[in-house]
Amino acid sequence: MKRRLLLAGLLLSGCERDPWYLPASSARLANDGGSAVAMANPYTRDAQAIAEGKRLFRWYNCAGCHAAGGGGMGVALMDERWRYGADDRAIYASIVDGRPNGMPAFGARLSEDQAWRLAAYVRTMNGGPNLAVAPSRADDLRASEPEARREPRAASDD
Amino acid sequence: MLLLRRPALRQRVLGLLLSSTALFITAAAADVGDEWPMATGDYANTRYSSLAEIDTSNVQRLVEIARRPTGAERGHEAAPLVIGDRLYLITPWPNDVLAFDLRRADLPLAWRYAPAPDAAAQGVACCDVVSRGLGYAQGLVIVATLDAQAIAVDAATGTERWRTPLGDFRSGETITMAPTIVGDLALIGNSGGEFGVRGWLKALDVASGAVRWEAYSTGPDRDVRLGPAFRPFYASDRGIDLGVRTWPGDAWQHGGGNVWGFLAYDPALDLVFHGTANPGPWNPDQRPGDNKWTSGVFARRPATGEAVWFYQWSPHDLHDYDGVNENVLVELPIGGALRAVLLHPDRNGYLYVLDRATGQVLSADPFVEINTSRGVDLASGRLLYDDAKTPRSGEMTRDICPASPGAKDWQPAAWSPRTRLLYLPHQQLCQDARTYPASHVPGTPFLGATVVMEGSREGRGRFTAWDPVARRIAWQRRERFPVWSGALATAGDLVFYATMDGEFKALDAHDGELLWSHRLHAGSVGQPVAYRAPDGHEYIAILAGVGGWAGNVVAGDLDRRDGSGGGGFVAAMRDLPAPSDRRGALYVFGLPR
Repeated sequence: MKRRLLLAGLLLSGCERDPWYLPASSARLANDGGSAVAMANPYTRDAQAIAEGKRLFRWYNCAGCHAAGGGGMGVALMDERWRYGADDRAIYASIVDGRPNGMPAFGARLSEDQAWRLAAYVRTMNGGPNLAVAPSRADDLRASEPEARREPRAASDD
Repeated sequence: MLLLRRPALRQRVLGLLLSSTALFITAAAADVGDEWPMATGDYANTRYSSLAEIDTSNVQRLVEIARRPTGAERGHEAAPLVIGDRLYLITPWPNDVLAFDLRRADLPLAWRYAPAPDAAAQGVACCDVVSRGLGYAQGLVIVATLDAQAIAVDAATGTERWRTPLGDFRSGETITMAPTIVGDLALIGNSGGEFGVRGWLKALDVASGAVRWEAYSTGPDRDVRLGPAFRPFYASDRGIDLGVRTWPGDAWQHGGGNVWGFLAYDPALDLVFHGTANPGPWNPDQRPGDNKWTSGVFARRPATGEAVWFYQWSPHDLHDYDGVNENVLVELPIGGALRAVLLHPDRNGYLYVLDRATGQVLSADPFVEINTSRGVDLASGRLLYDDAKTPRSGEMTRDICPASPGAKDWQPAAWSPRTRLLYLPHQQLCQDARTYPASHVPGTPFLGATVVMEGSREGRGRFTAWDPVARRIAWQRRERFPVWSGALATAGDLVFYATMDGEFKALDAHDGELLWSHRLHAGSVGQPVAYRAPDGHEYIAILAGVGGWAGNVVAGDLDRRDGSGGGGFVAAMRDLPAPSDRRGALYVFGLPR
């Protein structure tokens, strides 16, 4: 929580930081959503960061529960149902703070940057919002269509 | 005899003796077959009922007497208990316990107890949020919750008496097994092999809930309770601290070997038999060595937990072949003598016959198609792996048979002393696997493997009658889906099981002929039981509500497009129908009056 407040504070103050460490900026946020969303994912259109997110998805054992998106111990992430919301903030919060029905909090194990990369990858698991930046091949035993070949999500979710 | 000491039954037997039906009842009144006092039916794990009112001549007339909702969804794997004039059941998470009054045909609810386990425990249940049943002793119903607590509830009133936390679910530790009562102890083990949780079995004092002893499945001998009494039959199980030395570094500390199957007890030998589950992680390259004492079976003294012998079904397990399947205690004529043996259908595909006093393997025969091994060497006791199917980190291994749930998973077998056949609910599945290094992050899965299962369209399920003396299949039926329910055998020469697409079936125990089938509202992965109600008549009960590992595609609303979902089971279960009503229910069947 402290971590998120700090991040929000940095965003509100609009200070620019090394993009690798804290790539979000208030200017970008305004351009992307134009909404009151406190946090938008800077990596939503970054194919390299999304590929890195996919690697982290296995490294932190996310795949052990969510598989390649079909779910298992954890919910499916490749379908249209988002129990806690499909927006960047909700996905980031799920990863960092956890959720009451079993999603553990990874905030103490991940850097903020890693969490954003993971969140950006998770948003590609059901196809959208940007098919062009979604991974197009499986690094593993192929048991489903790669992310870039899944049904794109409705544009309104972007 | 044991049961007559219980006041409720004594009172009932007395009442029946005084009633007009006394003559009919007296003969069977002392028979434990009237009740279903533990999940396994009896200590020998036979799941055999000596009741014979429902038999091969009248089972066609069997009708649904009662259907009561449980209030829970997902996989209902528990066995109902019947003690006196009550039927007790436990639901999947949130593990509510319900007591029904058997004195009335409509089974009114006597009480409902809600232990309120932590919702977050759902996230660390590898194979659906199941419970496999309750224990009963001293007027207490013994409950184990998914968030790893043991609780005693007053059987008469449903009032909580004590509560003992046994583990930390935030590290991935859960409890799904049915507590087993031996003497004044409740024996309960943990689940969590998919999280690298170190396996244990604990003995709790039934009256107080205090932990009397605990025995780990990995680590130093003192933790495993190996002392002077420990005399394993095979040389590979002898040595100091093998639970440490057969692992690299401190890998034993998150090495699995959980204890979540059904326990058996032999009062004559005073030995409790329990299996140990798979080692962690699944990727075998990360744990060179035999990985004692995982994927094997212990014989222990119930009073102290001391081990007397151990045998390892799958040393250095390669495919998630847990060793927790039930051990059925029977006496068999072998080599001209009657021997006290245990029958064990393992996930690795072999039907083992062991001398239960010593742990010697007398025979081990395949009961499905196996390509992961070439047999069991009876001289050394070793499973002979086929290297072609050994997963190697970063590589793909195709067509591994049987798949990770094995030739048979948790779904318990039944034994009939009349036919001398072992009735196995099970599956025939193969899989592809790719392994990779897994990082141990407590509370997250510790696997290092992606698997994708496959079964033939004609039938992934099997119901097999096995003749352990002739060492062959006597007869077999195929089912579309894995048979994930337990089996029940009765003195009416019937065997019962249920299917994941919702048929409850009765077969002729001699030849497997289908004699009766009943459509349930949902698929069943329950354990059928038989009992005699206070009205003097025989009834058959089972829970319906599809789920478990095999049914998680429905229970967990998994996306069927990803075959690796649900631990790779989705690929083999894409066509499992979702019931329109997902709520679980208790069904009771009897003959019409």
